[in-house]
Amino acid sequence: MAPAASVSRLLGAGVCAGPLRPRLLQSATPGRARPSGRTLASAATPAVREPEGSIDLNDRILNEPLKHSDFFNVKELFSVRSLFDARVHLGHKAGCRHRFMEPYIFGSRLDQDIIDLEQTAAHLRLALNFTAHVAYRKGIILFVGRNRQFSHLIETTARDCGEYAHTRYFKGGLLTNAPLLLGPKVRLPDLIIFLHTLNNVFEPHVAVRDAAKMQIPTVGVVDTNCNPCLITYPVPGNDDSPPSVHLFCRLFQTIINRAKQKRRHMEALYRLQGQEGPGARGGGPAHPPSLGAYPGDRSSPLPEESGSHACP
Amino acid sequence: MAAPCVFWGAAVSYRLFLGGRVSLALRQGVWKAAAAELQILRLRHTTGVTAKKNVAALRRETYTVDFIKKQIEEFNIGKRHLANMMGEDPETFTQEDIDRAIAYLFPSGLFEKQARPIMKHPEQIFPKQRAIQWGEDGRPFHFLFYTGKQSYYSLMHEAYGKLLDVEKRQNQLQAKGLFSEKTKTKDLIGSRWLIKEELEEMLVEKLSDQDYAQFIRLLERLLTVECSAEEEEFVQRFRRSVTVQSRKQLIEPLQYDGQGMAFSTSEGKRKSAKAEAIVYEHGSGRIKVNGIDYLLYFPVTQDREQLMFPFHFLDRLGKHDVTCTVSGGGRSSQAGAIRLAMAKALCSFVTEEEVEWMRQAGLLTADPRVRERKKPGQEGARRKFTWKKR
Repeated sequence: MAPAASVSRLLGAGVCAGPLRPRLLQSATPGRARPSGRTLASAATPAVREPEGSIDLNDRILNEPLKHSDFFNVKELFSVRSLFDARVHLGHKAGCRHRFMEPYIFGSRLDQDIIDLEQTAAHLRLALNFTAHVAYRKGIILFVGRNRQFSHLIETTARDCGEYAHTRYFKGGLLTNAPLLLGPKVRLPDLIIFLHTLNNVFEPHVAVRDAAKMQIPTVGVVDTNCNPCLITYPVPGNDDSPPSVHLFCRLFQTIINRAKQKRRHMEALYRLQGQEGPGARGGGPAHPPSLGAYPGDRSSPLPEESGSHACP
Repeated sequence: MAAPCVFWGAAVSYRLFLGGRVSLALRQGVWKAAAAELQILRLRHTTGVTAKKNVAALRRETYTVDFIKKQIEEFNIGKRHLANMMGEDPETFTQEDIDRAIAYLFPSGLFEKQARPIMKHPEQIFPKQRAIQWGEDGRPFHFLFYTGKQSYYSLMHEAYGKLLDVEKRQNQLQAKGLFSEKTKTKDLIGSRWLIKEELEEMLVEKLSDQDYAQFIRLLERLLTVECSAEEEEFVQRFRRSVTVQSRKQLIEPLQYDGQGMAFSTSEGKRKSAKAEAIVYEHGSGRIKVNGIDYLLYFPVTQDREQLMFPFHFLDRLGKHDVTCTVSGGGRSSQAGAIRLAMAKALCSFVTEEEVEWMRQAGLLTADPRVRERKKPGQEGARRKFTWKKR
């Protein structure tokens, strides 16, 4: 399985910054001193060289999820039926419709737009998969939302999965002028998840544009009055009803916890294998994870859907 | 000019270093000449340094954790040395002993107490600062780090969470039908909310006025609903007790003269008039000023009204005799001085509640207004000379 193909399947939507991202993340992973070139190695070899085994281990831990299309088993978390029950398909009135949301709208009933849940399901799978991969690689995830009704919920969700939230007044240069506002060597978020793309005056949130400027990928729940353009993984859906927002928060929390748990398992597994010796290393878990592998999540997996045409 | 020169010098020297690496013989000669010239240029330009202000020092000083630790160690060692110098036991040398020792060894006549020599624990001298907010991998510790004001917003989050809990509990009780509408009046008198500066100090963060107002509003909302002991304790953390003003009022002790009549003496001032009044417990409302009857001493009704005011306020118009001496000032200020002296003296004959009423009426406060000086270039204190257009 060529890495390029898996990467393109992973990212799906043909974003041009896509192929760069995994490589950037790989080089940003701390604790790895990859020798820059074999030619210069003779100059300062004894102090710098790491044991060959640990580089190999890290590579394998990071590359293993990229070999499977659905490593974190995202499709069992929800179904079109559960989205419908959570009222995700309800959009705003036709007068509020944004022009770029028209492809995602199924139709309108009594002047209220209805969002196409098949497309929503496909987009949501991509978004959750990407979030899981970012969490697996120990990225910083920032939840953003400006609706006061759900501010407490979003902050609680972020705290429960060990990530970060920002549901307050967004200061101008927070992302673009971070060294001044937050500290000299601050690390910016690796992913921003928008539960609400608009702010309290129905304008696009400043963080959407700033994340695009700082080349931070974004996942966002876009309603029928939102602009999905600058968001890397838009998820068309309702962002105003409580059941809908609760569902999205629950999904993100579950998938992030699952990804972190998986990372801990893989590290433990590879550490054990490393201790046993290089001879006993027999390829690791080449099989895709079984459906019952996540004890903390939902019990019954849902039947496979024909969502193989995930790339729009 | 010095700063840009230094940068330029640094850049050139960097290039020089790189150039040296390539190392062709011809070039080396050229570079060496350039380096020599640079030295001369540097000498010429560094003379201006002492005249310029040090921009780096104007920035807020940040102290590292190691520096503070070193200071604490030095303080502890110095404390022991001081104890030895004073001939006392280093183990039981408290902060008061340190203060006394320093005042003895370095006597200072400076009026400003904060300008005198002090030796205190570094925690009290160096302002509290934030340590680095993230770990080795770069992940911040606090989940609200990216908001910028993590302590304040986490406090708001906590308070709002408590409010939601209370409302949920009330809903549950209402569903069961056990909800009772009792509103207990909390003891809010005698305490005040934290002021903005105190809150900033508590959170080690800068706040805006709107932030502070929002926070106080949220806490007040939490107080209006019925909450449990835990929430009460949370709210009480942000209240400070207020000393009741009336207890500060000094009440003169009663004295008794030869006939057994109780009387009380006190003083009063107004502008440049000083008065001393002796109020007797039983009498018929006679007032003697400097040995003269008040009707003759104060022919103007307004002054006599001023003298009447304390007794009229307490409904004791014809019940006390007063003898007073007054000097300085004019007629109005003498009247005001006597009024203050009489009111203070009356406090001894009256209940505490009435003393509080008098204080709130302004009878016990000395009038701080004094004559403002005349300024040069003006005709009076405020009046300017006539302005002529041409």
